[in-house]
Amino acid sequence: MSREEPAILVDGLVKRYGELLAVDHISFQVTEGEIYGFLGPNGSGKTTTIRMLVGLAQPDEGSASLLGYHLPAGINQAKRYMGVVPDVSNLYDELSALDNLLFMAQLYGVPHEEQKPRAEQLLRDFGLYERRNDRFSAFSRGMKRALTIAAALIHQPRLLFLDEPTTGLDAAAARSLRALISGLSDKGLTIFLTTHYLEEADLLCDRIAILVRGRIVRIDTPAGLKRLVQTESLVEFTFRGDILPLAKELESRLGKAKAAFLDPRRIRIYGGDPAQIFDTIFQFSRDIGIGIEAASTIRPSLEDAFIKVAGLSPQVMAAEKSPGKGRG
Amino acid sequence: MAWQDELRGIYHIAIKDMRTYYLKPPALSWGMVFPLAWTLAFYLRSPGDFAELVPGLLAMTIVFSTTAAEAVVINFELRLGTLERLLLAPIGITSVLLGKVLGGFLFGLFTTAIVAAASILYMDLHPDILGLTIIAVPSLMVFSSMGALFSVSVKEVFEAQTLLNLPRFLMVFLCGVVYPISALPDGLQLLARLLPLTYTVQGLRISFFEHGDSLLWQDFAALLVFMILFLLPAISLLHRRFR
Repeated sequence: MSREEPAILVDGLVKRYGELLAVDHISFQVTEGEIYGFLGPNGSGKTTTIRMLVGLAQPDEGSASLLGYHLPAGINQAKRYMGVVPDVSNLYDELSALDNLLFMAQLYGVPHEEQKPRAEQLLRDFGLYERRNDRFSAFSRGMKRALTIAAALIHQPRLLFLDEPTTGLDAAAARSLRALISGLSDKGLTIFLTTHYLEEADLLCDRIAILVRGRIVRIDTPAGLKRLVQTESLVEFTFRGDILPLAKELESRLGKAKAAFLDPRRIRIYGGDPAQIFDTIFQFSRDIGIGIEAASTIRPSLEDAFIKVAGLSPQVMAAEKSPGKGRG
Repeated sequence: MAWQDELRGIYHIAIKDMRTYYLKPPALSWGMVFPLAWTLAFYLRSPGDFAELVPGLLAMTIVFSTTAAEAVVINFELRLGTLERLLLAPIGITSVLLGKVLGGFLFGLFTTAIVAAASILYMDLHPDILGLTIIAVPSLMVFSSMGALFSVSVKEVFEAQTLLNLPRFLMVFLCGVVYPISALPDGLQLLARLLPLTYTVQGLRISFFEHGDSLLWQDFAALLVFMILFLLPAISLLHRRFR
């Protein structure tokens, strides 16, 4: 691959499952060395896009190339230089951490004399060396995720696909994994990351593509996305009870301002005159008999930009916050 | 080189499967204990004819050892997502399936070799080793491929094992393992000719006793045809899952 050639080049990719248009003519390119985020709600086509790029699904239309290899013809050549961490940690339960890494090294043709040193170094890097002889099935979710990432790095790829790397992890494990991902990028690895955690995309990504219902609606840097909402006023209210069932009633009172539910008790309101919004919301609170716990004006975040760009309904955003959602 | 990648992948998948699935009590019990128990039952009934039962015993060992785990491993790995892990490596879907088939083949070879050696030594038999190999090797590939085909044909892990019992037991009764095919009614004789185990048993009888109802090369050729008939649709079905 020449220096000028992008690590990933996608042009008009389409994937249909029967009547469902899962990925709808998406085009983007990822520069070598950057962390590129694919951000979208569940079911927006993130995982389907990755599956097409790594050869686990065939696109119906469009073209793509990875590290200069055109797909699908060049997929096996491209696989030598790319690592993939799927949305589920899919190593072998019956094998130990070390044996799982050695098996991956064998599959990727790592020279025999380098297999064990590389595997042991990765186990040290990921803090798993002391547990190297334990079976994968005995690991916690966070350790499984870390070992799955280590397995994707055993052949020293130049491009790493990470599909929802921190989903299902507790806060400490997610933080530690993000630090690892950041460290990999510092070593020059190109990373393609899908997530529905906005703060994760904000922390890690150089650029972000926002995907909604299979289409890319915006590509920008996190800072660029946040600038889209910096001129707007934002106010946030936390109620003492669930007001999600009353969302329509609330929206009808807000006029041109838009409300987004961060959870069933918490709403963020975009646009409009803040003083007027405060009056409206306090009146709404009195009318429905549910008190207000907290109210504040806030600085716009990537989440606010995402809501504006994606045009998601408050209900969708509230659903995104709930755990146990399916693949994107 | 690409073909070296494919061969390396096939080999390592087979070895990994041997470690994770085959050399475990369930596979060993299906692969060895079941044919031995079956043969022992016939031996107790008629101890003097045990040597005659050896080709049938080996044929059953080939069938049950190769299909023991083969019928479920692919589906099992599809469910766990580990098959996708294999497909992310720089090898093709065909090589992944051939790796799985080779795993069943190697386990079958291991168990069949033990049973064959024990039978030959215990009964002081003098088979034609080349003939035995010419029949046993393609037979192991045929039944491992058959297991793979059943595995990719169904969605649930238990379905493949249950479904596979039908041809397995049908073959044990119809293919000359315990009763000569010539003693069967005409219709069943015709059905026996359509089943691969018939050619395994015939070939093994020729190897052990230098007589049979066919020529060794005919049985060998028939087994090659069955191998292709099982392998090609299995590869095609696996490809279809990742379209």
